[in-house]
Amino acid sequence: MKILVPVKRVVDYNVKIRVKPDGSGVELANVKMSMNPFDEISVEEALRLKEAGKAEEVVVVSIGPAKAEETLRTALAMGADRAILVETDDTVEPLAVAKILKGVVEAENPGLVIVGKQAIDDDANQTGQMLAALLGWAQGTFASKVEIGADKATVTREVDGGLQTIDIKLPAVVTTDLRLNEPRYASLPNIMKAKKKPLDKKTPADFNVSTAARLKVLKTEEPEGRKAGVKVKSVAELVEKLKTEAGVL
Amino acid sequence: MAILLLAEHDNTTVSDQTAKALSAAQKIGGDIHVLVAGKGASAAASAAAKLSGVSKVLLAESDDLANNLAEPLAALIVSLAGSYDTIIAAATSVAKNVMPRVAALLDVMQVSEITEVVSADTFKRPIYAGNAIQTVQSTDAKKVITVRTASFASAGEGGSAAVESISAAGNPGVSSHVADALSSSDRPELTSAKIIVSGGRAVGSAEKFKEVILPVADKLGAAVGASRAAVDAGYAPNDWQVGQTGKVVAPQLYIACGISGAIQHLAGMKDSKVIVAINKDEEAPIFQVADYGLVADIFEALPELEKAL
Ligand SMILES: Cc1cc2nc3c(=O)[nH]c(=O)nc-3n(C[C@H](O)[C@H](O)[C@H](O)COP(=O)(O)OP(=O)(O)OC[C@H]3O[C@@H](n4cnc5c(N)ncnc54)[C@H](O)[C@@H]3O)c2cc1C
Ligand SMILES: Nc1ncnc2c1ncn2[C@@H]1O[C@H](COP(=O)(O)O)[C@@H](O)[C@H]1O
Repeated sequence: MKILVPVKRVVDYNVKIRVKPDGSGVELANVKMSMNPFDEISVEEALRLKEAGKAEEVVVVSIGPAKAEETLRTALAMGADRAILVETDDTVEPLAVAKILKGVVEAENPGLVIVGKQAIDDDANQTGQMLAALLGWAQGTFASKVEIGADKATVTREVDGGLQTIDIKLPAVVTTDLRLNEPRYASLPNIMKAKKKPLDKKTPADFNVSTAARLKVLKTEEPEGRKAGVKVKSVAELVEKLKTEAGVL
Repeated sequence: MAILLLAEHDNTTVSDQTAKALSAAQKIGGDIHVLVAGKGASAAASAAAKLSGVSKVLLAESDDLANNLAEPLAALIVSLAGSYDTIIAAATSVAKNVMPRVAALLDVMQVSEITEVVSADTFKRPIYAGNAIQTVQSTDAKKVITVRTASFASAGEGGSAAVESISAAGNPGVSSHVADALSSSDRPELTSAKIIVSGGRAVGSAEKFKEVILPVADKLGAAVGASRAAVDAGYAPNDWQVGQTGKVVAPQLYIACGISGAIQHLAGMKDSKVIVAINKDEEAPIFQVADYGLVADIFEALPELEKAL
């Protein structure tokens, strides 16, 4: 089985982003970029399945600017076999990403696509579900455990009330939650090796997908800030303030 | 303009989050129909019919719909979509699973986790863990929307809508339910609790969570939350996680105990009315958002707090 893993280049999770003063968006110039944390988890899961003999090849794909090649190289350094960059400078919404991924799936015929639960920039949490819909495949979202059987996968999902386990027929789309695994770091020799691994370049037009936005962004603004309050000296003072000043007890 | 609201229910009642999403639907404006899908859910349908501003409840029952599997539920919603301009649901794990599937089948770009309705096609939503707020206008003919419930008040009761039984749309048959391991508790639910006591990595173990966090929560009738670090370490179950990738809460009072205040955690609780932070590091970022900060060791402060309440 081949596993396809989409990886997105996003602002590093440690960076506190700034909104541009003119409200046109978020400042992305000179900001540290990294692989979306959930996608690192996806790559790790795919590699573990390969190491366990459940998969033969791990292909990573990113839709984004030329610099997204760095993100793909990171995935290759972790151990992925091959990469595809679908190059565009447009901001591509989840629906269009899913349509492009559908095209990649039709070309590559993977038995499993492992997608991140959400991208930490748009916080959309849509792409995997949309891809499954477009392919008419089953989806196992927010996975904290994945077991691959003969023609099905058993997926334990993190849901509001606890955990739910489902069986999904393969081929399928799985989306990864934080507790699925702990991603490995790429070793230096593997980083060097990754530079020579194959990377194919495509464009959205190759898949006949328009990247025109369906959601018009009218404005981007800072959230209402919260000010630091006061420090209290003791538990007694805290309880007193919560009762009389805040009125919440 | 008609709106279809997907209800989150437990067969007998409709969740408070649905009542909050109903408020968002009312702000969009139009005839509001509520869809109750499940098996043996007629009591939930009756409960939905009592919500104010609901003009009709659609009750779809079948074995396929019993466990909220995405594929048959999406098929049902898509089969109804022709009659609606807007399909909306609270951003619960059920809706986050099924609504994007519906959106893609309808060739619509979903608007995820709205925090404000500006007009019927324009919404505010947080991006970057709530560090920026976008105003977006949907250009799609149909709108598929999930609602961040912490930002809306619950719609009241007083309605008397008719309940109409409809048939399920068939099951693509690609998934099946194996088991649920749901945590049961007498404590209030995180997303509707008035008070939340949350513990972080500092708590140190599941036993200590029971020893120092739960007694304070129980004394206050509060729900219990946790940071990702506490959940990853196994001190607390996954459904207690508050944050960018956990639950988003806005109680009257949030007490953060031994939590540093990473942006991903703040994303889930910074809209709480009053925030208390107890942390032994006076430089901890959590103090920048706390109304009341106590620099102290939680293992001393929490037992003392429990006694003082
Ligand atoms: C993609 C992604 C998503 C994430 N999503 C979430 C999320 O949804 N929710 C979330 O919470 N995190 C999330 N995180 C993790 C987040 O970045 C932090 O790592 C996490 O919130 C830290 O948890 P903590 O505050 O409990 O632990 P720490 O940061 O280790 O803080 C522990 C705090 O306890 C204090 N302390 C230690 N001992 C004591 C004591 N005895 N008494 C008092 N105070 C003490 C310390 O001073 C410190 O401030 C996410 C991260 C990523 C990358
Ligand atoms: N531009 C992209 N390139 C590759 N994968 C993407 C892209 N956008 C989204 N994804 C995948 O979809 C997941 C969810 O993203 P989202 O739906 O935007 O929250 C991410 O974790 C990625 O796995």
